[in-house]
Amino acid sequence: MKYLTEFRNGEIAQRMAREIQSITTRPWKIMEVCGGQTHSIIRNGIDQMLPAGIEMIHGPGCPVCVTSLELIDKALAIAAQPGVIFCSYGDMLRVPGTEGDLFQVKSAGGDVRVVYSPLDAVELAVKNPEKQVVFFAVGFETTAPADALSVHLAKRRGLKNFSLLVSHVLVPPAIAAILQSPGNQVQAFLAAGHVCTVMGYWEYPPLAAKFKVPIVVTGFEPLDLLDGIRRAVVQLEAGRHEAENAYERVVTFEGNRAAQRLLAEVFDVADRAWRGIGVIPNSGWRLNQAYRAFDAEERFQISGIHTAESPLCHSGDVLRGAIKPAECPAFGKECTPRHPLGATMVSNEGACAAYYNYGRFLSAEELASAGSGLTKLVKE
Amino acid sequence: MAENVKAASAVSQTTVPDFSGWSCPLPLADYPTIVMGHGGGGKLGNELVEHLFLPAFRNPELENLGDAAVLDLGAAGLSGGRLAMSTDSFVVQPLFFPGGSIGELAVNGTVNDLAVSGAEPRFLSASFILEEGFALNQLAAIVDDMARAAAVAGVKIVTGDTKVVERGHGDGCYICTAGVGLLRPGIQVGPHRAQPGDAILVSGTIGDHGMAIMSVREGLEFESQIRSDCAALNGLITEVLAAAGGAVHAMRDPTRGGLASTLNEIAQASGVGVEIDEPSLPVRPEVQSACELLGLDPVYVANEGKAVFFVAPEAADQILELLRAHPLGREAARIGRVTAEHPRLLVARTAMGSNRVIPTQIGEQLPRIC
Repeated sequence: MKYLTEFRNGEIAQRMAREIQSITTRPWKIMEVCGGQTHSIIRNGIDQMLPAGIEMIHGPGCPVCVTSLELIDKALAIAAQPGVIFCSYGDMLRVPGTEGDLFQVKSAGGDVRVVYSPLDAVELAVKNPEKQVVFFAVGFETTAPADALSVHLAKRRGLKNFSLLVSHVLVPPAIAAILQSPGNQVQAFLAAGHVCTVMGYWEYPPLAAKFKVPIVVTGFEPLDLLDGIRRAVVQLEAGRHEAENAYERVVTFEGNRAAQRLLAEVFDVADRAWRGIGVIPNSGWRLNQAYRAFDAEERFQISGIHTAESPLCHSGDVLRGAIKPAECPAFGKECTPRHPLGATMVSNEGACAAYYNYGRFLSAEELASAGSGLTKLVKE
Repeated sequence: MAENVKAASAVSQTTVPDFSGWSCPLPLADYPTIVMGHGGGGKLGNELVEHLFLPAFRNPELENLGDAAVLDLGAAGLSGGRLAMSTDSFVVQPLFFPGGSIGELAVNGTVNDLAVSGAEPRFLSASFILEEGFALNQLAAIVDDMARAAAVAGVKIVTGDTKVVERGHGDGCYICTAGVGLLRPGIQVGPHRAQPGDAILVSGTIGDHGMAIMSVREGLEFESQIRSDCAALNGLITEVLAAAGGAVHAMRDPTRGGLASTLNEIAQASGVGVEIDEPSLPVRPEVQSACELLGLDPVYVANEGKAVFFVAPEAADQILELLRAHPLGREAARIGRVTAEHPRLLVARTAMGSNRVIPTQIGEQLPRIC
C-alpha cells in the first residue's frame, strides 16, 4: 500500500535501529506524545529494537484516556436521557465513568451510536428533528477541525437539535506542563505528527528553546518512529535542542491554514482538566460565544456530578510518565482491559492497554523486573 | 463499574488481595446486563459460556467446546459411528451484502462448523424469526439463497420453524440453523489436538467478511468494493482430509473475533504456544486499507469462508499445495507454527523482527479515534 508498506520495511528498520545504537553513548529518556505512536511502538516492538539506554516514555496523548471523569459522567447522564441520540467515536464507549460506561447506558436503553465523523451526527440531527443529537467531541488538534466543521454546518443549517460535548485538548500546553512538573525526566519529545498536520509546528521552536529539549515532529509508521527517535538522539548527543520535522511528507511548518481558521472561528482556548493529571492552564478548546448554543454542557445543564476515581489506579503517574504501566500495582491484576480501573487501560491507545494487549513476550528476567502484573499476563 | 470502585476503595483500606488465580465464581463479567460485547466473539462471550452455560448444561459432549459436538452412537447403544452436531444463529445487518446474504451465511456457517470438526455435513434445520411487516419478496430471496447454498454444499434442509414477532421486536429476519454431519472414521481433529511443531495454514485472505459488512453498514466507500468471503468449506476440507487426514490435528473457521480469536482458542485448548509471522498473513489490500482507516486489526475481523489448519509439519507443503489448487484456497498461506514455548499465548513476529502478544479481544473491536 502506497505510503504505508514502504514505511514498514523490516530490513530498513533493523538498519535504522543499528544506526541509533551506533550513535547512542549515554542513556536518554524520550517521550512520544501521542497515543497513536505508543500503539505503533508496542504493536511493532520498536522499543525492543532500541539500545538499552534509550527509554521511551509514553505521553498523555490519548484523548480517550485524558477526558476528565466529570465529562464522562456528563456524557453518561446526557446519553441516558430520553429523546437524545448520543454519538461517539467507538473507543469512548468503554471508558468508565463513576457509575458505568456508555455500553451500559446503551444496554439500558440509551440511544448511543458509534459514528466515524461528527458530520454523520449532523446528518442524524437533520433526519431526526424531534431528537437531540449530541456528539462527544473528544480529541487533540487532529480531530478538532471536523468537530468545528460540524457546528459550523449545524449553525448554517439552523439546526436546533445538534450539540457537541467538547473535551478538546491541546498538545503544546501539555508538553510545557510535563517539562515544568517536578521530577520530570523527559529529555526529548516526539511531537504528534497528525496534530502537526493540522497545527503545523510553529509552536514548538519556542518550547524547545525555553526548556532546552529537542522536539521532533514524528509520524506513526515503524520507520517514521525510528527516524524520529534517531533525530532526537542525534540532537541529544550533540547537546542541541531544536524543533525539527521528521514527518515532512505530511507536515508543514504552518500546518493546515484553512483548518486553523475554522478552529479559530468556533473555539476559544480554555483551561481543561486532564484525567489523572489535573487542570492544565490553556490546554483545551471550548466553543466560543458565537457557538455557545451548540454546547451540550450549556444545553443540558447537568448538575450533581460527584466523581470518584479508583484509589488503586495510578493512571495519573502513567500519563505523567512517572511510572511504566507494569509498575502500577494494579496492572494486570485488579486492572485489565476487561475490568479497567483507569482510562489508560481502556483505549487501545492508552499506555496500559497498549502494554497489556501487545505486552511483549518477555524473558524471565524482564518478567521479574516487570512485576507480578505481567507474570499474570503471560500465564493467562 | 461503581462496584469496582467501591471494592477497590475497600481493598485499599485493608490489604491488597491476591487475584492471581481468579477464575472466581463472581458472575460473568463486570456488566450486570448483556452488552453488545457479549456477542463479539471475545472474552465476554467466552465468560458466558464458562460461567453460565457450561456449569448449567455440563456434559462430556459439550465440554469439548468444539465447533460441533461429537456424538458417539456406539456409546449410546446404537450400531456405532459418530455424528457431529452444531447450531448457529444469524442476525447480520444488512441482510444482503456484497458477496452474500443472511441466507447463504445461515447455511454455510453451520456447514463450516461441521466440516472443521472433521464431519461430512448432511442435514440442516432452519428456524426463522420474522418481524411483522417484513417484505415477503425479501424472505423469498433469502430462502432462495439458502436453497442454492444447500445445493452447493450438498446438504438437505430437513426441518424448520417459523415465528413472527411484533414490529420493532426484531430486525427483519433472524435465522437459526442446526446441522448434523457424519464423522469420517479415523479422523481425529479438535481444538485440543494441536501439537508443538505443527504448521499453521490458512485457506485464504483474512478479514474480508467483516470489512464487507462494515463498509456497507457504515456507508464507507472504498475504491474497490470489498466482498464477503462467505462460502461452504466442506468440499475443500474433504479434499484435505482425503489426502492427508492423519496429518491434520485441528481445524477451525475463524468467524467472529477473527483469526486471532481462533488461534488463541486453539492455543488455550491445546495448552500450546502459537507463533505467527505477521508479514505472511494474507490480507487483501482493500481490506488492509479499510482496517487502517478505521483503526482495526484484520486479525480480529470476521471471516465466513476461511479455515485454519494445524497440521504435522512434514505434510504442510502437500496440504498447502492442495489448498491452493482448490478454487476456495488459491490464496492459502503458511502463517506460523505451534511451539512448546509460551503455552496458551498467541505471539506474532512482526515485520520489524520483534514479537508481540495478540490477546483475545474483550468484546467487539472498537474503531479507534485517531
